Amino acid sequence: MDLLNHLALGFQTALSLHNLLYCFIGVLLGTAVGVLPGLGPLSTIAMLLPMTYALSPVSALIMLAGIYYGAQYGGSITAILVNMPGESSSVVTCLDGYQMARRGRAGAALAISALGSFFAGSVATVIIAGFAAPLTDLATRFGSAEYVALMVLGLVGAVVLAHGSLLKALAMIVLGLLLGVVGTDVNSGTARFSFDVPELMDGFNFVVVAMGLFAFAEIIRNLEQAEAGQTVLQKVGSLWPTRAELREAFPAVLRGTCLGSLLGVLPGGGAVMSSFASYSLEKKVSRHPEAFGKGAICGVAGPESANNAGAQTSFIPMLTLGIPPNPVMALMVGAMTIHSIQPGPQVMSANPELFWGLIASMWVGNGMLLVLNLPLIGVWIRMLSLPYRLLYPAILLCCVIGVYGMQNNVFDVMLILPFALLGYLFHRLGCEPAPLLLGFILGPMLEENLRRALRLSRGDPTVFLTRPISLVLLLIAAGLLLAVLLPKVRDRREQVFVEDD
Amino acid sequence: MKHFLAHPDRLAGLLFVLFGAGFAIGAGAYDMGTAAQMGPGFYPRLLGGLLVLLGIAIFVTAQGKDAPGIAGRLPWRALLAVCAGVAVFGLSLECLGLFIASVLLVGVSSLGQPGRRWGEVALSALVLALLACAVFAWGLKLPLPVWPKFG
Repeated sequence: MDLLNHLALGFQTALSLHNLLYCFIGVLLGTAVGVLPGLGPLSTIAMLLPMTYALSPVSALIMLAGIYYGAQYGGSITAILVNMPGESSSVVTCLDGYQMARRGRAGAALAISALGSFFAGSVATVIIAGFAAPLTDLATRFGSAEYVALMVLGLVGAVVLAHGSLLKALAMIVLGLLLGVVGTDVNSGTARFSFDVPELMDGFNFVVVAMGLFAFAEIIRNLEQAEAGQTVLQKVGSLWPTRAELREAFPAVLRGTCLGSLLGVLPGGGAVMSSFASYSLEKKVSRHPEAFGKGAICGVAGPESANNAGAQTSFIPMLTLGIPPNPVMALMVGAMTIHSIQPGPQVMSANPELFWGLIASMWVGNGMLLVLNLPLIGVWIRMLSLPYRLLYPAILLCCVIGVYGMQNNVFDVMLILPFALLGYLFHRLGCEPAPLLLGFILGPMLEENLRRALRLSRGDPTVFLTRPISLVLLLIAAGLLLAVLLPKVRDRREQVFVEDD
Repeated sequence: MKHFLAHPDRLAGLLFVLFGAGFAIGAGAYDMGTAAQMGPGFYPRLLGGLLVLLGIAIFVTAQGKDAPGIAGRLPWRALLAVCAGVAVFGLSLECLGLFIASVLLVGVSSLGQPGRRWGEVALSALVLALLACAVFAWGLKLPLPVWPKFG
């Protein structure tokens, strides 16, 4: 019954007039920006973050969550109509979505992905509500040693599920942890690596790091590939899927939802992993595997539901344990800290209306996505045809104003530059920036807990192995790392991501 | 030699070694403490060392002569235009105000692509600057100076 009370409180918060409004604005803006080619959810959130500075924490988070799924759906629109994935999670949508569009079934593909996402989002919301309380209970019993082990598992998971070189991803994590060291040490008050620059006393601002590495590096990359003439399919066709298409898609939606909900909770999981895994699953269980890549509706319905479910359930570890499983959630943690809320198990008891309001708003937001997007398809298509040369100065402008607005600080604006260059360099060297951002966000927390755990054990490092929960977590992490090294799993892992090309 | 280092993995390895060494050596300036009573230098030195090791491992395991990735020129034009645009914005914002700084940012960063049309750039700069003032300064009431400061 507690759950019902909590949900009632949540809906009361989420359905208040101004929170509904912010949810609506978030979903609308998120879709509008997410539709733009070459802008993934992460850059979209980073870019729109300043819009939420002035709001109350509850409204701000509700709006940010709205931006997140708006951006995700916007990415799917681009994938289906232009065959250009905004972010890796919509890569697989391109495969069959674009083929459907070429056969004049763009409308059906868009509708199925909206319906599937709504269904998956609703299920995932219930899952979050159900799991939040028990997990939070568990989390409050965690000591420092367990937290260290959990963070190690989270970081290792991010590496294993990321594609590309394992060593490079590990190095990126460590570099991120090191960048997180910059600033004043909370224990001794010593300013570390701040070179006597007063602005660096509080460390690098995470929005600056995220924007530089992702949004700015992305813009430079897009400019590099000179504006290739993109063909936007203007003909959308009937929005309503036929009965046969629906019947075929429904089981795929169900499977995608289950898979996505599961993978979203895993460290390193979330939307990207879920959509890839669902695509391979659909291909495997389908009676017509040869239809995939030629416009199979299951190839759209499954991954689209999975990525939405995954996007949703990845809120669970962030909200209950304070540990973001993927970069987007890392950004959410950062956004929460801007509003001086420290994510973790205490949020649920200290800010119940924020916690349950956010959860309830996820369901509301998914509903809005559905009612909003289908009628607005025409507008999104219009936005898609904007040339990039007009877009990128606008994106840059939004970003720099946002960075300045955080602390009214020109230094932060200038600090984007080295991170943008670094981000571009990493791209050229084949290093993915996502693990770095995770490491950067978790860095201070990891250090703090590591020091506390070792202080309590009087410097004995075996404390991580003698406490049962911590041991289990570390064993899982070690198992994951070893598994990747096995040739069979390695081939499999590469296979999952080859569809990237 | 040039070709040997141009491999993306070797360059990446080198970069990580440099970063790791920088942090590990820099951490020497702070108190190390002991494992039970870690000083501020302990954790960065530990991680810096780890990063050096990882960098070496990446360098050593690099395969093949050189891979694509790093081949090809740097997009100087895009890099310079984007960075200069941001720098100009940062330098001008507090003395010239948001409107002029925005116009400058759009103008400078538009140089990032060949074949621009000046009329279009000017128009979009004005529109974007106005929008920026309307949304951020007047609408969201962020404390931004909109017009130049005199005197």
